[in-house]
Amino acid sequence: MEYVFEINGGDFSSGGNASSTIKRALKERNVDPLVIKRIVVALFEAEINVVAHADHGTITVIIEEHQVQMFVKDFGPGIEDIELAMSEGYSTASDTVREMGFGAGMGLPNIKKNADVFEIESVKGLGTNAHIIIYLKND
Amino acid sequence: MLMTEIIKRIEARPVCGDACSLNTNEFEFAFASDLMSDVLRLMRDNTMLITGLCNVQTVRTAEMAEIKLIIIARGKKADAQMIKLAEESGICLLETDYSVYRVSGELYSYGIKPLY
Ligand SMILES: Nc1ncnc2c1ncn2[C@@H]1O[C@H](COP(=O)(O)OP(=O)(O)OP(=O)(O)O)[C@@H](O)[C@H]1O
Ligand SMILES: [Mg+2]
Repeated sequence: MEYVFEINGGDFSSGGNASSTIKRALKERNVDPLVIKRIVVALFEAEINVVAHADHGTITVIIEEHQVQMFVKDFGPGIEDIELAMSEGYSTASDTVREMGFGAGMGLPNIKKNADVFEIESVKGLGTNAHIIIYLKND
Repeated sequence: MLMTEIIKRIEARPVCGDACSLNTNEFEFAFASDLMSDVLRLMRDNTMLITGLCNVQTVRTAEMAEIKLIIIARGKKADAQMIKLAEESGICLLETDYSVYRVSGELYSYGIKPLY
């Protein structure tokens, strides 16, 4: 099953809708609640990063039998130093973003912590591509 | 601790119907933060969130983190979108005039445990 969502930068009112839809879909499939939580926390952090830092983007989620794949692609300022961005507490979030409760610099580390596979690439001035995989079963 | 007792201890107002009236829900742990990515790190269920952050992302974060009770401190008011989202996700929203510090102190003294 494949889901595609368009995400608008700065839209904190709708930000989270994609993750919420995926959460409901996984619940309906009776996926282990702990695995659901890892998937939706990783996806939500990635979704909010597009809203908070990018201009616009697309999220594609593919639910397969043994894994969930998430592709988060955005157009925006990109990330110049990914290693630095991945470190806990590093944030360039604007005041508006901080007022919404974000900007702890914990989003990318949270994705890494919850994902089985997390790849991110970015071109400064162009945008960012993230690929997250979480396995549904351990066997 | 039962919802009814929490409401009494912090003089709270329940702002969304169904989830707040569930008398069987026992709460054991609390976490206080205005930083949503900190909240998203919590792994224990049955944790309540005490916060001064009052916007739709507070509720979204609780939805993702499986938090079923949000206490909004300092007299801030949940808006219609927050209440709608909370109801859809079975989350109880409580408003209180107490500060985050006072809510935490009261509930701690009645046995609600910290996470760290
Ligand atoms: N999609 C993106 N486009 C551009 N920059 C990004 C993107 N995602 C992350 N960044 C950069 O990496 C930094 C760290 O991201 P991270 O998600 O860890 O923290 P944050 O979003 O600032 O705060 P938090 O996620 O804790 O609310 C951001 O502050 C921003 O500079
Ligand atoms: Mg982030």
